[in-house]
Amino acid sequence: MELNSHEFWALVHGILLGGAFLLAFTGGLAGLYSLKPELVTAAGMTERMRRLSIGTIAMAVILWLTVVAGTWIVYPWYREDVPSSPKSMLLADPDTTDWHEFAMEWKEHIAWIAPMLATAAAFIVVYYRSDLIRNQFARKLAMGLLIGAFVCAVIAGVLGALITKKAPVT
Amino acid sequence: MEARPPVPPPPSAAPGAGAPREEVGIAPVRPNGPVGAAVLAAGIGSLVLAVLVIIAEASVSFADSLAYSERVGPLAGKTIWAVVAYLGSWLVLGFALRYREVNLRTVTIVAALLIALALIGTFAPFFQLFMAEE
Repeated sequence: MELNSHEFWALVHGILLGGAFLLAFTGGLAGLYSLKPELVTAAGMTERMRRLSIGTIAMAVILWLTVVAGTWIVYPWYREDVPSSPKSMLLADPDTTDWHEFAMEWKEHIAWIAPMLATAAAFIVVYYRSDLIRNQFARKLAMGLLIGAFVCAVIAGVLGALITKKAPVT
Repeated sequence: MEARPPVPPPPSAAPGAGAPREEVGIAPVRPNGPVGAAVLAAGIGSLVLAVLVIIAEASVSFADSLAYSERVGPLAGKTIWAVVAYLGSWLVLGFALRYREVNLRTVTIVAALLIALALIGTFAPFFQLFMAEE
């Protein structure tokens, strides 16, 4: 049982990086949601903000790595102009054409919106630091951006998983 | 006319807790201009991506011109220029707004509009309406 390099990078792109973001999102959102004066003590604030800063920066970095690895490493194998490439296989059968023309075409573009939104959310957290607890609008804005990034990442991730099920990169 | 005495804050609450600083008379520690710049830049970068996707769909020659890498195809140029627009606009807006207070609600509405347009523009059934005839 072993993975070739194509399968390995597809795994890194989809599971290790993409999956890590989807898992980390819940923690980040919960941290921002509960960042309210009545819920956090002064002593807990320093630790909370350090964790939130590291977490949101990590999420943004992970998303950038995910889209860069997806576009520049995995995608070329997907679209290779050979009969055995996933794109060729999907387009060869009228029943699976939509997996490329709808799913892949949507996924490859919407995915790139996610890191821009996550970076803006991370910037808000890092910029305001402990002052974020007093600026509830900025806190909600960071949450909104993070949720937007999550929605884009989920759409791209789910479509990617379904496409891989139909025609994996091997 | 008798002046009303100031209402003291509750002893358990920190000054300004739960309320914007402007409402409790505390000067903002940091201007919100840089935050406005970061949010607007995300909207601009997203929208530029969507515009490039639509134009590339409508023009084969334009799509070919974006294929900086033969292996990646036009997606290379679309994403590179979107990131350039994102970082460039962040740099310019961040510099212009670095000491300024902006209306963050208005900025948020504008950015949300840009992002919504970007989501529509990158939705395959929408941008494929502009597909060039072969």
